[in-house]
Amino acid sequence: MQISGAEILVRSLQEEGVEFVFGYPGGAVLEIYDAIFRQQEFKHVLVRHEQAAVHAADAYSRSCDKVGVALVTSGPGATNAVTGIATAYMDSVPMVVISGQVSTPAIGLDAFQEVDMVGITRPCVKHNFLVKDINELATTIKKAFYIAATGRPGPVVVDVPKDVTQQLAEFHYPESVSIRSYVPVTRGHPGQIKKAASLLAEAKRPYIYVGGGAVQGGASAEVTELVKMLGVPCTNTLMGLGAYPGDDRQFLGMLGMHGTYEANMAMQYCDVLIAVGARFDDRVISVPSHFLAQPKKIVHIDIDPSSIAKRVKVDVPIVGDVKHVLRDLIDLMKQNGQRPDAANLAGWWKQIEQWRSYNSLLYTPSTEFIKPQSVVQKLYEITGGDAIITSDVGQHQMWAAQYYPFKRPKQWLNSGGLGTMGFGLPAAIGAQLANPNAQVACITGEGSIQMNIQELSTAKQYHTPVKVIALNNRYLGMVRQWQEFFYGTRYAESYMDALPDFVGIAEAYGHVGMKIENPADVEGALREAFSPALKERLVFMDFRTDQSENVFPMIQNGKGLDQMDLPPHMRELQIAPFENNRDYGNMC
Amino acid sequence: MRHILSILLENEAGALSRVVGLFSARAYNIDSLTVSTTEDPTLSRMTIVTHGSDEVIEQITKQLNKLIEVVKVIDLNESDHIEREMMLIKVRATGKDREEMKRMADIFRGRIIDVTEKTYTIELTGTSDKLGAFIEAIDRSVILETVRTGASGIGRGERILKI
Repeated sequence: MQISGAEILVRSLQEEGVEFVFGYPGGAVLEIYDAIFRQQEFKHVLVRHEQAAVHAADAYSRSCDKVGVALVTSGPGATNAVTGIATAYMDSVPMVVISGQVSTPAIGLDAFQEVDMVGITRPCVKHNFLVKDINELATTIKKAFYIAATGRPGPVVVDVPKDVTQQLAEFHYPESVSIRSYVPVTRGHPGQIKKAASLLAEAKRPYIYVGGGAVQGGASAEVTELVKMLGVPCTNTLMGLGAYPGDDRQFLGMLGMHGTYEANMAMQYCDVLIAVGARFDDRVISVPSHFLAQPKKIVHIDIDPSSIAKRVKVDVPIVGDVKHVLRDLIDLMKQNGQRPDAANLAGWWKQIEQWRSYNSLLYTPSTEFIKPQSVVQKLYEITGGDAIITSDVGQHQMWAAQYYPFKRPKQWLNSGGLGTMGFGLPAAIGAQLANPNAQVACITGEGSIQMNIQELSTAKQYHTPVKVIALNNRYLGMVRQWQEFFYGTRYAESYMDALPDFVGIAEAYGHVGMKIENPADVEGALREAFSPALKERLVFMDFRTDQSENVFPMIQNGKGLDQMDLPPHMRELQIAPFENNRDYGNMC
Repeated sequence: MRHILSILLENEAGALSRVVGLFSARAYNIDSLTVSTTEDPTLSRMTIVTHGSDEVIEQITKQLNKLIEVVKVIDLNESDHIEREMMLIKVRATGKDREEMKRMADIFRGRIIDVTEKTYTIELTGTSDKLGAFIEAIDRSVILETVRTGASGIGRGERILKI
């Protein structure tokens, strides 16, 4: 029996086991929406702006193990989706974005609501397709899901002209596809894994550096096993948080621009580094030459060969799925009884403990102003460290990363690569739908939240009781911080005049609003928001925080990992420089 | 350093723009690019001449391989190869220049493929250097226009780029 292209598309999504499609209708996709209306298998979530559809689908995917799906119309619907697509691309999130297109005879004629979606998204997708022939529609959807989810994951755009959705054809969904030009590697080279094992066994100051690849690659268990087995220190990148339990002693905290003192110092002074699904990006290693000036051997495990030796030259590249490679590495080391020398390791730990003893995340409490860090800490306490946390971009994002030690992967959802303000709220909605029983909180700022605040309406419609934790300092805080440090306190356009009444906004959308101005009220307000009475409600918490608070430690652009700007309490300390052959025995 | 990359890719709409877009997006250089279908109509073969440090060339190769439609990439510089480029050059051929241009074309093993009262169009094939040498060897003022295809390259002997 012949069915329409729109029905083929919908049936294909059903075949892929799609639960939710996040989208917004329009002229070019009316046929598809009609087909969605006539089916029950998956649910459509109507957002209020296409960017939010893509962020929600993205976070849905990040917080479970499925491919996110977004559906937008042609022209402005498609262009609005681009920021979301680029966000997912930078963070390697598997997604399929279906965009409507004008009918094939109209393509290229500057038709109403026409844009070259394939052209616009080419640099920010893993792959994209324009489906001109209805007979290729089902196979293309199959390919899109396959490409999105395998290898280094990423978003795939499928642009579908309106006439293709209206034509009729037989529906056959292929069971599998193979693409001769796309064969992702999974297993690492055994010879390279052997080299990595030897390096680790001979290391005096080993260190494991874990990025988002370990989260996306489902390698958290293997990372934890390796670190525990060897008794070595471990750090996570912003994208890797949760890959190794944040409350464990062997975890040194996040590294990088706003990483802890100990995580950054260990990165600089380790002698053998195992990079797992991390890419030495500029927010971790600002100056590769400074990083490499301290001699070290680097093993780099990544599924994407182009991530290896892109910024930092490594000694042992291992291309493969991090989960498989780590498994092989663990098994090999077990089999050979390979372990780093215990005395050396004990010395290394003494050094690390000394670095850690400076407590680089210490801040000065206040009874006058709400310290933003304390809000995150209280949130951690009250949610038992168990909530799924989404964030926007800026100071609040860094405080969330620093003060909420994530226990498990896929618990922390943020736009690390692209740094997209406006990600947090739609992401929280997507994550809540994927995890209906989880507590979901969006840590945001008064700047970021206003970039997609209309999604409060979506949250109302779909009963997603997320808690919005707005750290409102009446400034674009990270911009203000940089202006304070580097632009002579000239706060150019970083001040937000005429802020709305967020409580009023929350209530107008049918939610609960709270304004918290006094440090003494922080805990009570959070307890109330997370109480059973408000379990089913979205609560918007407007915390009026200390306006002058800065994020520390901080590595300025162009500085090395051991050249951090330290928090005030560390500035007076006489910290001895690291010495290679120090007698650690007498140190502590 | 100059490198000559041979790329086998799916003969599909948009594949070329992905390759070209990759070069512009990542600020790599394209000195020349040629592309056409192979004996297998589903495949195109592209030759890109580029330059950059070893690190840059390594990244270019990896990034090209990452494109879904790219089947294989090789850097021809890594071993013996042959490269050829074709040039059509139209020159003013009057008076004493007419005999001189004929002689120069012969020396460079070019062929005159179009003749008018005042012009010759010469077809010249060789390495890019040879074509450059021809341009240098003749009087600039007689050159009316030049069209160059960009280099095509192939490995020597048993070194074969195929699926």
